[in-house]
Amino acid sequence: MTLFRNVVFIAAIAGLVAGVVLACMQAYATVPLILKAEVYEQAGGGHQHGHAAAPAANATDTNAMSSAVPAPAEAAAPAEDEGWAPADGFERFAFNVVANVVTGIGFALILVAVSEFAGGIGNWRQGVFWGLAGFAVFTLAPGLGLPPELPAMPAADLAQRQIWWTATAVATAAGLGLLAFRKSLPLAILAVALIVAPHIVGAPQPDSFETPIPEGLHHQFVVAVTLTNLVFWLVLGAVVGVVRGRFTGTATSLRDSFA
Amino acid sequence: MNTASVSLGASVSSQSRFMQLALAALLGIFVMGFVGFSHIEAVHNAAHDYRHSMAFPCH
Repeated sequence: MTLFRNVVFIAAIAGLVAGVVLACMQAYATVPLILKAEVYEQAGGGHQHGHAAAPAANATDTNAMSSAVPAPAEAAAPAEDEGWAPADGFERFAFNVVANVVTGIGFALILVAVSEFAGGIGNWRQGVFWGLAGFAVFTLAPGLGLPPELPAMPAADLAQRQIWWTATAVATAAGLGLLAFRKSLPLAILAVALIVAPHIVGAPQPDSFETPIPEGLHHQFVVAVTLTNLVFWLVLGAVVGVVRGRFTGTATSLRDSFA
Repeated sequence: MNTASVSLGASVSSQSRFMQLALAALLGIFVMGFVGFSHIEAVHNAAHDYRHSMAFPCH
Protein backbone atom coordinates (compact mmCIF):
# COMPACT_ATOMS: atom_id res chain seq x y z
CA MET A 1 0.00 0.00 0.00
CA THR A 2 2.99 2.31 -0.40
CA LEU A 3 1.53 3.94 -3.47
CA PHE A 4 -1.74 4.54 -1.66
CA ARG A 5 0.11 6.05 1.28
CA ASN A 6 2.13 8.34 -0.98
CA VAL A 7 -0.96 9.50 -2.83
CA VAL A 8 -2.71 10.28 0.46
CA PHE A 9 0.37 12.10 1.77
CA ILE A 10 0.72 14.30 -1.31
CA ALA A 11 -3.03 14.93 -1.41
CA ALA A 12 -3.06 15.91 2.26
CA ILE A 13 -0.36 18.54 1.82
CA ALA A 14 -1.81 19.93 -1.40
CA GLY A 15 -5.36 19.91 -0.02
CA LEU A 16 -4.26 21.66 3.15
CA VAL A 17 -2.43 24.43 1.29
CA ALA A 18 -5.07 24.96 -1.39
CA GLY A 19 -7.91 24.66 1.13
CA VAL A 20 -6.46 27.35 3.39
CA VAL A 21 -5.85 29.60 0.37
CA LEU A 22 -9.42 29.07 -0.80
CA ALA A 23 -10.87 29.72 2.67
CA CYS A 24 -8.99 33.01 2.87
CA MET A 25 -10.21 34.03 -0.59
CA GLN A 26 -13.76 33.07 0.35
CA ALA A 27 -13.60 35.15 3.52
CA TYR A 28 -13.07 38.23 1.38
CA ALA A 29 -14.80 37.40 -1.89
CA THR A 30 -17.78 35.10 -1.41
CA VAL A 31 -18.83 34.90 2.24
CA PRO A 32 -19.63 38.64 2.53
CA LEU A 33 -21.97 38.22 -0.45
CA ILE A 34 -23.61 35.20 1.23
CA LEU A 35 -24.12 37.25 4.39
CA LYS A 36 -25.69 40.05 2.35
CA ALA A 37 -28.00 37.56 0.68
CA GLU A 38 -29.01 36.18 4.07
CA VAL A 39 -30.33 39.62 5.01
CA TYR A 40 -32.70 39.40 2.04
CA GLU A 41 -33.46 35.81 2.90
CA GLN A 42 -34.44 36.60 6.46
CA ALA A 43 -36.42 39.65 5.37
CA GLY A 44 -38.34 37.23 3.17
CA GLY A 45 -39.28 34.95 6.05
CA GLY A 46 -36.34 32.84 7.07
CA HIS A 47 -34.17 30.18 5.54
CA GLN A 48 -36.04 28.61 2.68
CA HIS A 49 -35.19 25.02 2.08
CA GLY A 50 -37.72 24.54 -0.68
CA HIS A 51 -38.25 26.37 -3.93
CA ALA A 52 -42.01 26.31 -3.46
CA ALA A 53 -41.81 28.86 -0.69
CA ALA A 54 -39.74 31.35 -2.66
CA PRO A 55 -42.33 32.99 -4.93
CA ALA A 56 -44.87 33.25 -2.13
CA ALA A 57 -42.47 35.00 0.18
CA ASN A 58 -41.32 37.20 -2.62
CA ALA A 59 -44.45 39.30 -2.72
CA THR A 60 -43.76 40.76 0.69
CA ASP A 61 -40.06 41.10 0.05
CA THR A 62 -39.94 44.26 -1.95
CA ASN A 63 -41.05 46.38 0.95
CA ALA A 64 -38.89 44.68 3.51
CA MET A 65 -35.94 44.94 1.18
CA SER A 66 -36.07 48.66 0.63
CA SER A 67 -35.90 49.22 4.34
CA ALA A 68 -33.38 46.34 4.58
CA VAL A 69 -34.40 45.63 8.16
CA PRO A 70 -35.45 42.02 8.72
CA ALA A 71 -38.25 41.52 11.18
CA PRO A 72 -36.54 39.89 14.17
CA ALA A 73 -39.48 37.74 15.18
CA GLU A 74 -39.84 36.35 11.70
CA ALA A 75 -36.16 35.70 11.32
CA ALA A 76 -35.70 33.99 14.65
CA ALA A 77 -38.52 31.49 14.43
CA PRO A 78 -37.47 29.43 11.37
CA ALA A 79 -33.89 29.20 12.62
CA GLU A 80 -35.11 27.02 15.49
CA ASP A 81 -36.12 23.99 13.42
CA GLU A 82 -33.03 23.90 11.26
CA GLY A 83 -30.92 22.03 13.74
CA TRP A 84 -27.44 22.85 14.86
CA ALA A 85 -25.47 25.48 12.97
CA PRO A 86 -22.17 27.15 13.81
CA ALA A 87 -22.52 30.54 15.47
CA ASP A 88 -21.84 33.53 13.25
CA GLY A 89 -18.39 35.03 13.41
CA PHE A 90 -15.32 33.03 14.24
CA GLU A 91 -17.04 29.67 14.66
CA ARG A 92 -18.65 29.95 11.25
CA PHE A 93 -15.35 30.98 9.69
CA ALA A 94 -13.54 28.11 11.43
CA PHE A 95 -16.02 25.54 10.09
CA ASN A 96 -15.63 27.03 6.65
CA VAL A 97 -11.86 26.57 6.85
CA VAL A 98 -12.30 22.97 7.98
CA ALA A 99 -14.75 22.28 5.15
CA ASN A 100 -12.32 23.81 2.66
CA VAL A 101 -9.35 21.81 3.87
CA VAL A 102 -11.25 18.52 4.09
CA THR A 103 -12.74 18.82 0.60
CA GLY A 104 -9.45 20.23 -0.66
CA ILE A 105 -7.86 16.94 0.38
CA GLY A 106 -10.76 15.09 -1.23
CA PHE A 107 -10.28 16.92 -4.54
CA ALA A 108 -6.53 16.42 -4.27
CA LEU A 109 -6.96 12.66 -3.76
CA ILE A 110 -9.02 12.48 -6.94
CA LEU A 111 -6.58 14.70 -8.84
CA VAL A 112 -3.47 12.79 -7.75
CA ALA A 113 -5.01 9.35 -8.28
CA VAL A 114 -6.35 10.18 -11.74
CA SER A 115 -3.16 11.93 -12.83
CA GLU A 116 -1.06 8.93 -11.73
CA PHE A 117 -2.93 6.82 -14.27
CA ALA A 118 -1.72 9.27 -16.90
CA GLY A 119 1.88 9.23 -15.71
CA GLY A 120 1.64 11.66 -12.82
CA ILE A 121 2.07 15.39 -12.37
CA GLY A 122 5.78 15.96 -12.85
CA ASN A 123 6.21 19.60 -11.88
CA TRP A 124 4.25 22.69 -10.95
CA ARG A 125 3.62 23.67 -14.56
CA GLN A 126 2.02 20.33 -15.40
CA GLY A 127 0.12 20.75 -12.17
CA VAL A 128 -1.31 24.05 -13.37
CA PHE A 129 -2.74 22.35 -16.44
CA TRP A 130 -4.16 19.48 -14.39
CA GLY A 131 -5.63 22.14 -12.15
CA LEU A 132 -7.25 23.81 -15.14
CA ALA A 133 -8.82 20.47 -16.04
CA GLY A 134 -10.12 20.09 -12.48
CA PHE A 135 -11.56 23.60 -12.66
CA ALA A 136 -13.33 22.77 -15.91
CA VAL A 137 -14.69 19.50 -14.53
CA PHE A 138 -15.82 20.60 -11.07
CA THR A 139 -16.62 24.30 -11.47
CA LEU A 140 -17.04 25.38 -15.07
CA ALA A 141 -19.14 22.56 -16.50
CA PRO A 142 -21.58 22.12 -13.58
CA GLY A 143 -21.69 25.90 -13.16
CA LEU A 144 -23.00 26.41 -16.69
CA GLY A 145 -26.21 24.57 -15.93
CA LEU A 146 -26.38 25.28 -12.21
CA PRO A 147 -24.77 28.68 -11.63
CA PRO A 148 -23.50 29.35 -8.11
CA GLU A 149 -26.52 30.35 -6.09
CA LEU A 150 -26.96 32.56 -3.07
CA PRO A 151 -29.24 31.75 -0.14
CA ALA A 152 -32.90 32.57 -0.89
CA MET A 153 -32.50 31.83 -4.58
CA PRO A 154 -35.03 29.47 -6.10
CA ALA A 155 -33.74 26.07 -7.16
CA ALA A 156 -35.07 22.74 -8.31
CA ASP A 157 -35.18 19.58 -6.19
CA LEU A 158 -31.87 19.10 -4.36
CA ALA A 159 -31.38 15.41 -5.16
CA GLN A 160 -32.00 15.96 -8.87
CA ARG A 161 -29.54 18.83 -8.99
CA GLN A 162 -26.93 16.74 -7.18
CA ILE A 163 -27.41 13.93 -9.70
CA TRP A 164 -27.08 16.33 -12.64
CA TRP A 165 -24.03 17.99 -11.07
CA THR A 166 -22.30 14.65 -10.51
CA ALA A 167 -23.17 13.30 -13.96
CA THR A 168 -21.92 16.49 -15.61
CA ALA A 169 -18.62 16.35 -13.74
CA VAL A 170 -18.12 12.68 -14.68
CA ALA A 171 -19.01 13.24 -18.35
CA THR A 172 -16.79 16.31 -18.62
CA ALA A 173 -13.88 14.48 -16.97
CA ALA A 174 -14.29 11.55 -19.34
CA GLY A 175 -14.49 13.92 -22.32
CA LEU A 176 -11.39 15.86 -21.35
CA GLY A 177 -9.53 12.62 -20.67
CA LEU A 178 -10.38 11.27 -24.11
CA LEU A 179 -9.36 14.55 -25.77
CA ALA A 180 -6.05 14.71 -23.94
CA PHE A 181 -4.91 11.09 -23.96
CA ARG A 182 -6.45 9.44 -27.03
CA LYS A 183 -5.17 10.38 -30.45
CA SER A 184 -8.08 9.28 -32.58
CA LEU A 185 -10.65 11.43 -34.32
CA PRO A 186 -13.74 9.31 -33.52
CA LEU A 187 -12.81 9.35 -29.84
CA ALA A 188 -12.30 13.11 -30.00
CA ILE A 189 -15.79 13.47 -31.44
CA LEU A 190 -17.13 11.22 -28.70
CA ALA A 191 -15.31 13.41 -26.18
CA VAL A 192 -16.97 16.56 -27.43
CA ALA A 193 -20.32 14.78 -27.36
CA LEU A 194 -19.71 13.74 -23.75
CA ILE A 195 -18.88 17.29 -22.74
CA VAL A 196 -21.89 18.78 -24.54
CA ALA A 197 -24.48 16.11 -23.68
CA PRO A 198 -25.28 17.14 -20.07
CA HIS A 199 -26.14 20.63 -21.27
CA ILE A 200 -28.43 19.30 -23.99
CA VAL A 201 -30.19 17.22 -21.34
CA GLY A 202 -30.26 20.37 -19.26
CA ALA A 203 -29.93 20.99 -15.56
CA PRO A 204 -33.00 20.77 -13.33
CA GLN A 205 -34.44 24.26 -13.13
CA PRO A 206 -36.79 25.82 -10.57
CA ASP A 207 -40.45 26.44 -11.40
CA SER A 208 -39.95 30.16 -10.95
CA PHE A 209 -36.87 32.32 -11.03
CA GLU A 210 -38.35 35.01 -8.82
CA THR A 211 -36.04 35.91 -5.97
CA PRO A 212 -35.52 38.76 -3.54
CA ILE A 213 -31.80 38.66 -4.38
CA PRO A 214 -30.79 41.57 -6.65
CA GLU A 215 -29.40 40.54 -10.02
CA GLY A 216 -26.21 42.54 -9.43
CA LEU A 217 -25.44 40.75 -6.18
CA HIS A 218 -25.88 37.34 -7.81
CA HIS A 219 -23.71 38.26 -10.77
CA GLN A 220 -20.98 39.45 -8.42
CA PHE A 221 -21.25 36.14 -6.57
CA VAL A 222 -20.96 34.05 -9.74
CA VAL A 223 -17.80 35.91 -10.74
CA ALA A 224 -16.34 35.59 -7.23
CA VAL A 225 -17.07 31.86 -6.99
CA THR A 226 -15.66 31.11 -10.44
CA LEU A 227 -12.44 33.05 -9.88
CA THR A 228 -11.79 31.75 -6.35
CA ASN A 229 -12.30 28.22 -7.62
CA LEU A 230 -9.94 28.84 -10.54
CA VAL A 231 -7.19 29.97 -8.16
CA PHE A 232 -7.93 27.04 -5.84
CA TRP A 233 -7.48 24.51 -8.64
CA LEU A 234 -4.33 26.15 -9.99
CA VAL A 235 -2.79 26.17 -6.49
CA LEU A 236 -3.91 22.59 -5.87
CA GLY A 237 -2.38 21.33 -9.10
CA ALA A 238 0.83 23.31 -8.68
CA VAL A 239 1.36 22.16 -5.08
CA VAL A 240 0.77 18.54 -6.10
CA GLY A 241 3.42 18.98 -8.78
CA VAL A 242 5.94 20.48 -6.34
CA VAL A 243 5.35 17.99 -3.51
CA ARG A 244 5.38 15.03 -5.84
CA GLY A 245 8.62 16.29 -7.38
CA ARG A 246 10.21 16.39 -3.92
CA PHE A 247 8.92 12.90 -3.26
CA THR A 248 10.26 11.26 -6.35
CA GLY A 249 13.52 13.20 -6.10
CA THR A 250 15.91 12.61 -8.92
CA ALA A 251 14.29 9.46 -10.19
CA THR A 252 14.67 8.98 -13.90
CA SER A 253 11.19 8.00 -14.91
CA LEU A 254 8.34 9.44 -12.93
CA ARG A 255 5.94 6.83 -14.11
CA ASP A 256 8.04 4.02 -12.71
CA SER A 257 9.53 5.79 -9.75
CA PHE A 258 6.28 6.78 -8.18
CA ALA A 259 5.46 3.48 -6.59
CA MET B 1 -2.18 -5.75 -2.97
CA ASN B 2 0.74 -7.56 -1.38
CA THR B 3 2.71 -8.03 -4.55
CA ALA B 4 6.00 -6.61 -5.71
CA SER B 5 7.76 -4.13 -3.51
CA VAL B 6 6.86 -1.77 -0.74
CA SER B 7 9.45 0.94 -1.11
CA LEU B 8 9.24 4.23 -2.90
CA GLY B 9 11.22 4.14 -6.09
CA ALA B 10 10.39 0.62 -7.11
CA SER B 11 7.57 -0.64 -9.25
CA VAL B 12 4.54 -2.38 -7.93
CA SER B 13 2.51 -4.72 -10.07
CA SER B 14 0.09 -2.98 -12.34
CA GLN B 15 -2.92 -4.63 -10.76
CA SER B 16 -1.90 -3.49 -7.30
CA ARG B 17 -1.12 -0.07 -8.70
CA PHE B 18 -4.58 0.20 -10.18
CA MET B 19 -6.23 -0.94 -6.96
CA GLN B 20 -4.35 1.52 -4.81
CA LEU B 21 -5.01 4.47 -7.10
CA ALA B 22 -8.66 3.54 -7.42
CA LEU B 23 -8.89 3.28 -3.64
CA ALA B 24 -7.36 6.75 -3.24
CA ALA B 25 -9.78 8.22 -5.78
CA LEU B 26 -12.73 6.55 -4.05
CA LEU B 27 -11.61 7.93 -0.71
CA GLY B 28 -11.47 11.40 -2.27
CA ILE B 29 -14.94 11.05 -3.76
CA PHE B 30 -16.27 9.85 -0.40
CA VAL B 31 -14.73 12.77 1.51
CA MET B 32 -15.99 15.29 -1.03
CA GLY B 33 -19.43 13.74 -1.14
CA PHE B 34 -19.78 13.74 2.62
CA VAL B 35 -18.90 17.41 3.06
CA GLY B 36 -20.48 18.74 -0.10
CA PHE B 37 -23.47 16.50 -0.78
CA SER B 38 -24.57 15.04 2.54
CA HIS B 39 -28.21 15.64 3.39
CA ILE B 40 -27.51 15.52 7.13
CA GLU B 41 -28.70 18.85 8.48
CA ALA B 42 -25.75 19.51 10.83
CA VAL B 43 -23.23 18.72 8.07
CA HIS B 44 -25.10 21.00 5.70
CA ASN B 45 -25.13 23.86 8.19
CA ALA B 46 -21.48 23.45 9.14
CA ALA B 47 -20.34 23.58 5.52
CA HIS B 48 -23.09 25.96 4.37
CA ASP B 49 -20.88 28.84 3.22
CA TYR B 50 -18.50 26.39 1.63
CA ARG B 51 -21.23 24.70 -0.39
CA HIS B 52 -22.46 28.02 -1.70
CA SER B 53 -18.92 29.18 -2.45
CA MET B 54 -18.16 26.00 -4.39
CA ALA B 55 -21.43 26.13 -6.31
CA PHE B 56 -22.38 22.74 -4.93
CA PRO B 57 -26.12 22.18 -5.13
CA CYS B 58 -27.45 23.51 -1.84
CA HIS B 59 -30.78 23.79 0.00
